Amino acid sequence: MSATVVRKRSALTKGQLPKFAPYIVLAVALIVGAAIMALIGFNAFGWGIVSAILFAVGLVSWSGAVEGSRKAKDKLATCLVVGSFLIALLPLISVIFTVLVNGIPGLITPGFLGTSMNGVTGAFDNKAVEEGAPVLGGIYHALLGTLQITLLATVISVPVGLLTSIYLVEYGNDRPLARAITFFVDVMTGIPSIVAGLFAAAFFFAIVGPGTKTGAVAAVALSVLMIPVVVRSSEEMLKIVPNELREASYALGVRKWRTITKVVIPTAISGIASGVTLAIARVIGETAPILVTAGFATTINNNVFGGWMASLPTFIYTQILNPTSPSNPEPSDQRAWGAALVLIILVMLLNLGARLIARLFAPKTGR
Amino acid sequence: MTTNSLTTSQGAGRAGDKVFSGAAMAAGCLILAVLFGVALFLVVQAIPALTAPAEDIQGGNGFFAYIAPIVVGTLIAAVIALVIATPVAIGVALFISHYAPRRLAAGLGYVVDLLAAIPSVVYGAWGAAFLAKEISPAYDWLATYLGWIPIFEGPASATGKTILTAGIVLSVMVLPIITSLSREIFLQTPKLHEEAALALGATRWEMIKMAVLPFGRPGIISAIMLGLGRALGETMAVALVLSSGVLTASLIQSGNQTIAAEIALNFPEASGIKVNTLIAAGLVLFVITLGVNMIARWIITRHKEFSGAN
Repeated sequence: MSATVVRKRSALTKGQLPKFAPYIVLAVALIVGAAIMALIGFNAFGWGIVSAILFAVGLVSWSGAVEGSRKAKDKLATCLVVGSFLIALLPLISVIFTVLVNGIPGLITPGFLGTSMNGVTGAFDNKAVEEGAPVLGGIYHALLGTLQITLLATVISVPVGLLTSIYLVEYGNDRPLARAITFFVDVMTGIPSIVAGLFAAAFFFAIVGPGTKTGAVAAVALSVLMIPVVVRSSEEMLKIVPNELREASYALGVRKWRTITKVVIPTAISGIASGVTLAIARVIGETAPILVTAGFATTINNNVFGGWMASLPTFIYTQILNPTSPSNPEPSDQRAWGAALVLIILVMLLNLGARLIARLFAPKTGR
Repeated sequence: MTTNSLTTSQGAGRAGDKVFSGAAMAAGCLILAVLFGVALFLVVQAIPALTAPAEDIQGGNGFFAYIAPIVVGTLIAAVIALVIATPVAIGVALFISHYAPRRLAAGLGYVVDLLAAIPSVVYGAWGAAFLAKEISPAYDWLATYLGWIPIFEGPASATGKTILTAGIVLSVMVLPIITSLSREIFLQTPKLHEEAALALGATRWEMIKMAVLPFGRPGIISAIMLGLGRALGETMAVALVLSSGVLTASLIQSGNQTIAAEIALNFPEASGIKVNTLIAAGLVLFVITLGVNMIARWIITRHKEFSGAN
């Protein structure tokens, strides 16, 4: 006697899309999208957008028909969330691609990194465009200025920021002063960079004299932006130093300041160093504060305390807005994009460096 | 006899303690003094612009007639940036915290943080050279088909250098701020809430709607406020992208100006009362962003016990 087993679909699994449903919908969406784009003129970007919309609509309506509205809403949310991530990637890819494509010709021009804009006039640029002469001028002065201004800003910010974070963590004990400092450091992180620049300018106008524009003024402006970042990151790092270490040190009769300098800071140094590096990366690309404090220079200036000083961000800005030769802006654009590429590389290296420092100098916790 | 460096000289240790704690406190007070100084020096340098006769100020109608349109322009640009950035940023934060495979999530978070690492002047250059050109056909389309809405009134700018383009560039710049803060908050959602929702048969979206979003709401709000603070004060994107002009309702014509860009464009060549006018404009910007940031921080501290976003 044989009984045929009738496979019944369980109520719980009823109405599920097959596992491969998204792939089918994606394939259909890509094909239909290509067809639509072929009708109205093909471009890859439009194809991507149309296909993505078709995919979302197709998958959600299929799911709605088979699985019901709750599952369909879930699918819609998934599509939107993944879509927003892809949208966020677009500008990143586009910016990096644009800078690479436009920047590499500038960067590989001989002398780009080693010469300044001293003596480079519009006549040379006109010649470069009209007769194919090499594009003269480079970013040496701006690179030098950026490094000097940033170095001075770091020298000002790191001691102030580190000592403040030590006060907050080791001495503050939630006193009103400590609470006020924490609050205002938070507020300071939100100061617009141009206002920091105006402050430094107004400060030096009042102290030294109207129209004082030097690298040092710019360094003060950058410090206003950098100090809160240093305080926040060092504070976080000092806070995670285990209290047992401090107590062990006190138990040996070591004074508090020796404990801090010999035990607490060495334990947290990797985090502090990487926080400082990230802070440098943040201010090295700041344009607005340098624009209003250091002026524009086309020559090399090795004195932070006297005379106008160029920097990479302001160099990019001026080359785009006020090309050296107004009738032929192409050489200026090329220099600006080259400088932008150098600046991005600098910032990325600093970010990478911060990660490496954090990893390499992390305190050894294993036994 | 060698002595341990930790135990030498009692007296020096006591003095050292005093010096060290004094230095730490002085550094903290210096920060307060700097912030106070920012306000003080801006006010001192701004007063001549406020008291000067109206016809000396640019435009000839006094300081307030000068500042009002650029304050509105600043707000318009910031609102455009937030309207675009907020939904995308929350989506990205949810993607990294709840949708992406666990192993990829940290790497993807780093990719979004890269957006924050790119200097603002590079965004400005990108917006002016690439985005404005690519987007101007879209403005033509908007002017043709949606021109009856005042904000899309034609004729659209041929160069694409409009306040809407500037707002889009700004939205890219505030996106990483809102994303990273919201992501932190979403990751803080109690696991038990999420698992309870899933165990009751909720789909992933229902779980997010019932457990994650209500928990993260104060964090999201303060993240948006911090993004607003950044968008209000951002200079380069607007200075390079926008071809500025008088206050215009249409977002796709050239025109409008923001405080930060106005300062950046004019300060280097300014002299005399113009310097004071621009510093006064900076003071207005400072007060606005200070207010926005303080509200944001206040929201965070008020919900401190629930969130970890500080």
